Amino acid sequence: MSHTEVFAPWDDPEATPLISCQDVTKRYGEFTAIERLTLDIFPREFFALLGPSGCGKTTLMRMLGGFEDVSGGRITIDGQDMAGIPPNKRAVNMMFQSYALFPHLTVWDNLAFGLKRSDMAKDQIGDRVEAMLKLVQLQKFAKRKPHQLSGGQKQRVALARALAKGPKLLLLDEPLGALDKKLRQQTQFELMDIQEKTGTTFVIVTHDQEEAMTVASRIAVMDEGRIVQVDTPGRIYEAPNSVYVADFIGDVNVIRGRVSALNGESAELNWGEGKRPIRATAGAGAVHDASGAFVIRPEKVTIATEEPTDRHNRVKGVVEDIAYLGNLSTFHVRLESGDLISAQLANSRRFANRGITWEDPVWLSWSDTAGLVLGD
Amino acid sequence: MRLSSRPVLIGLPYLWLLLLFLVPFGIVLKISLSDVAIAIPPYVPVLDPSEGWAGITGFLSQLDFENYVWLTQDDLYWKAYLSSVRIAAISTALTLLVGFPLAYAMARAPEQWRPSLLMLVILPFWTSFLIRVYAWIGILSNEGFLNQALMGIGLIDAPLTILNTNAAVYIGIVYTYLPFMVLPIYATLEKMDGSLLEAAEDLGCTRLQAFWAVTVPLSRPGVIAGCFLVFIPALGEFVIPSLLGGSDTLMIGKVLWEEFFSNRDWPVASAVAIVLLLILVVPIVLFQRNQERSA
Ligand SMILES: Nc1ncnc2c1ncn2[C@@H]1O[C@H](COP(=O)(O)OP(=O)(O)O)[C@@H](O)[C@H]1O
Ligand SMILES: [Mg+2]
Repeated sequence: MSHTEVFAPWDDPEATPLISCQDVTKRYGEFTAIERLTLDIFPREFFALLGPSGCGKTTLMRMLGGFEDVSGGRITIDGQDMAGIPPNKRAVNMMFQSYALFPHLTVWDNLAFGLKRSDMAKDQIGDRVEAMLKLVQLQKFAKRKPHQLSGGQKQRVALARALAKGPKLLLLDEPLGALDKKLRQQTQFELMDIQEKTGTTFVIVTHDQEEAMTVASRIAVMDEGRIVQVDTPGRIYEAPNSVYVADFIGDVNVIRGRVSALNGESAELNWGEGKRPIRATAGAGAVHDASGAFVIRPEKVTIATEEPTDRHNRVKGVVEDIAYLGNLSTFHVRLESGDLISAQLANSRRFANRGITWEDPVWLSWSDTAGLVLGD
Repeated sequence: MRLSSRPVLIGLPYLWLLLLFLVPFGIVLKISLSDVAIAIPPYVPVLDPSEGWAGITGFLSQLDFENYVWLTQDDLYWKAYLSSVRIAAISTALTLLVGFPLAYAMARAPEQWRPSLLMLVILPFWTSFLIRVYAWIGILSNEGFLNQALMGIGLIDAPLTILNTNAAVYIGIVYTYLPFMVLPIYATLEKMDGSLLEAAEDLGCTRLQAFWAVTVPLSRPGVIAGCFLVFIPALGEFVIPSLLGGSDTLMIGKVLWEEFFSNRDWPVASAVAIVLLLILVVPIVLFQRNQERSA
């Protein structure tokens, strides 16, 4: 892969996926945890499964790892049908949510555990373990037992152990869930680095959208056992295909109404008697004369004290709340209609808006292409 | 008030130990150094404090290790000790063999069943130990339920002689001490994280390999605790060998009983008891070590 070429095998009809799920269903008794899920994941991808707790992320991972049978559909890994193949016969390793380090073994023996049960020669095992220790920078801790390690160190041992056998596919179930925020961010970059170095395909589970946006080449947003959207982080953010996705990823303002015009790329949303319709980009599911929703990110909304007559989309409101988040400020503005809209500004511009404070009447505006009209 | 209550609190367990262990131990030790006599109590010397200092020195000069020497001279005693150790060790191994799968099954059972299963393990303690041992006589005797059942289904023609053999003693000990084996093993298995086994499988183990590589080492503290909890009381066991065992079942508990009640030789019986205690000190210390390490 050259540097000029973008890594996007999902756009290449010739590319063969590493994992292919076709109509995969998982039922626990009456309860359907995964419903007719179809998904391709390509070699060397860093693929994130994102969704609220209980949406089936772990279940999908466990089916890939071989810990659960599928109730319907088919999973193939590297072209091989995985039905009935136990975990120890799959070129897949899993990093468990609880790390699952063997408490009676040292770090060294934890890393060697899988290698000793492979056909690797004895003298090579030592070298491989050393290489893994070096990869996660734990050389000094080889003789420790898991209970003598910090959370971050345990996490790295678990990662190294899962990578030791050089799997084609590494499954990571909320790998950073137990770490504090600072360590998490640092570890996210380490993960990306290790993924690139080893060339392993990573599938990571997370319920943290920021984490998914940071590490992943593609994100699948899940809801109640279904995949709602699979796309690159940029497109998930800029072009969500539903209010659910828009709302799940980052902050978003939502205004509901009726699609009053739809021509090609642009659409208009009628959101109340006597109000100027909102003009925006036409998004997924928008149908003329059906109910729809306008979504816009707070950072695309401009706030001003004077009416910006040059913009079509402009509404009047009163500042209800202001949140300073270090480098950003968010103004929560109550419109005359009762809707609450947030506008976010970088703090370098905060001084330009110094005049704006609580209870001030303000004008919000945005360009004709800043928001999306989606089906509702 | 607060200050003075501290020493009392700390002292209480020691007082307990002193009254219920050290004082009886001192009395038994003293008797073991005495000579048998036809008297009440059936040994001499007896300390008479009214004679003052001369009485004490005279009393001490009469104590000797004669009875311990006697234990080495008649081979009955060391054979009984050895046989007790053997029977206790074999019973412990058998109890482990039966108890481990039981504890394992309990720990794997659905969570809502576990309290009931635990209850079932402890349930036998609700009836008298003696009644349960007598019940085994009814099961194991030549005309007992076991032989009748086996002959009934045509597996054997003549009744098996089980009662009054060592086999009956093993059955009795395994049955009686099973809960002491099951409970500590269950406790270690139950708190084991199930994802460890999945991790082992993920790293290339079959189910069986994962069991040996993960479950067995992690259950070790429970297995060791269970073995000691069975071995230590089984070594001095008296009721089971005397009711279920035969005339050739040699156990030190039985020897002790006979010395005490049949021979009325309290000094020799006491010496037997002291030596038994010394033999037990080794496993007890090892047991304590194991408990401290796994804590
Ligand atoms: N073994 C099981 N038996 C019954 N229901 C289960 C089992 N495992 C998971 N579920 C259910 O399946 C759904 C998805 O669970 P899971 O995949 O763990 O969610 P997530 O990892 O996204 O939080 C949940 O509603 C959960 O209760
Ligand atoms: Mg989960």
